Amino acid sequence: MAGGSSIDVLGQFELRPVLGGLGEALRFSQSPLYMILAACLVLAFLYFGMRPAAVVPGRFQAAAEVCYEFIHSMAVDTIGPEGTAFFPFIFTLFFFILAGNYIGLLPFSFTFTSHIAVTLALAVMVFLLTVIVSFKVQGFRFFAHFMPAGASMFLAPLLIPIEILSFLSRPVSLSIRLFANMVAGHVMFDIFASFVIMLAGFGVVGDVFAIGPIAINMALVALELLVGVLQAYVFAILTCIYLREAVAH
Amino acid sequence: MGVMMKMVRAGLFATVSGVSLLVMAAPGAHATGMPQLDFHNPLVTGQVIWGAVIFLGFYLVLSQVMLPRVGRVLEDRSKRISGDLDVARAAKQDADKAVAELQQARKDAMAEAQANLQKTLDAEQHATDQKLADISARLTAEIADAEKRISAEKAQAFGTLKEIAADTTQALVSRLTGVTPDAQLVAQKVDGAIAHRNI
Repeated sequence: MAGGSSIDVLGQFELRPVLGGLGEALRFSQSPLYMILAACLVLAFLYFGMRPAAVVPGRFQAAAEVCYEFIHSMAVDTIGPEGTAFFPFIFTLFFFILAGNYIGLLPFSFTFTSHIAVTLALAVMVFLLTVIVSFKVQGFRFFAHFMPAGASMFLAPLLIPIEILSFLSRPVSLSIRLFANMVAGHVMFDIFASFVIMLAGFGVVGDVFAIGPIAINMALVALELLVGVLQAYVFAILTCIYLREAVAH
Repeated sequence: MGVMMKMVRAGLFATVSGVSLLVMAAPGAHATGMPQLDFHNPLVTGQVIWGAVIFLGFYLVLSQVMLPRVGRVLEDRSKRISGDLDVARAAKQDADKAVAELQQARKDAMAEAQANLQKTLDAEQHATDQKLADISARLTAEIADAEKRISAEKAQAFGTLKEIAADTTQALVSRLTGVTPDAQLVAQKVDGAIAHRNI
């Protein structure tokens, strides 16, 4: 960042083409590579977890089933009976983000959820989906969303612009929340890790004091594990809430 | 109202200008080196296209293959559990029926035994009554017989008593007066005395 020339906390977000010229031509950086890795990991987890297909599940199968039932109940409880139709989408969304967040915590890896292009694309996808579903289910009553039921007509000139603005700001808040959380976490990692290296330059005293930033980084890993699942959950639950609004009659 | 509208307008203006400032600042941020905001880099925008393809593929594999597989296992389990529960429920019903039948049979047997016992007791009672009646009839006959005998003895004893009284009277009178009274008269007087005393 601004101060030390030795600290480059943003370099970790740099995109580099994979496979040299071919990656350059296909615009294929390490970000899509990690997306594929994340998707494959989730699929492998489900595949190998569910392979026994036992009536009495083992630990691995139980874990896979817990993931399924967690998202399923979230979708059905929040969206309603129509939630079963959206369940695969919510599941994909949640585990795509969760796997991206968690893979990013591994050293030398890349966090694709720390790119606003990715999170904004996800958020716009959710936004467009809710708008399309809303139009399909409610037709032109979709526009009734912008005038809360029971509100006085006097307040309409005030409420309608606010409601439209809040509706349009959904993809922005959805994407920036995830993006900012992931960037902030990784920047903090980098800053404290750089402190360790800088302190190492001060000899024995520095070595002793370097324990501090290392301890902080260890605590940050725990925090980031929480943030990673929390942000995936927030993204998924907000999508469910928007979809419930869209399928409401 | 007017003040409020003005405030809202001011707020809206501030928001819009803030957003546009942010948008305008984005290239500046890119200049200071935030790789995520470097939209001139084809790799940054390439993520969106690749991400869309990967997300779609991920979604298709999950929704068409993986999730139905998990769902099937869960459904099989719940079906099996409910099936087992049904079997258990049926077994319980059978057991309940068997218990009810057993109880009915026990009740019937008890009633039958009770009836048999009653019948035996009645028969026994009847026999005893018969025997008692026989005995009492015999006793009554014997008592009547004995009474008859007693009254005969009594009559006989009375006859003898009359004779003794007459003899005693005759002896007393002859000893007192020296005259032997007429036996016929003495007997008449004794009879009169006996009738008088109502013996």
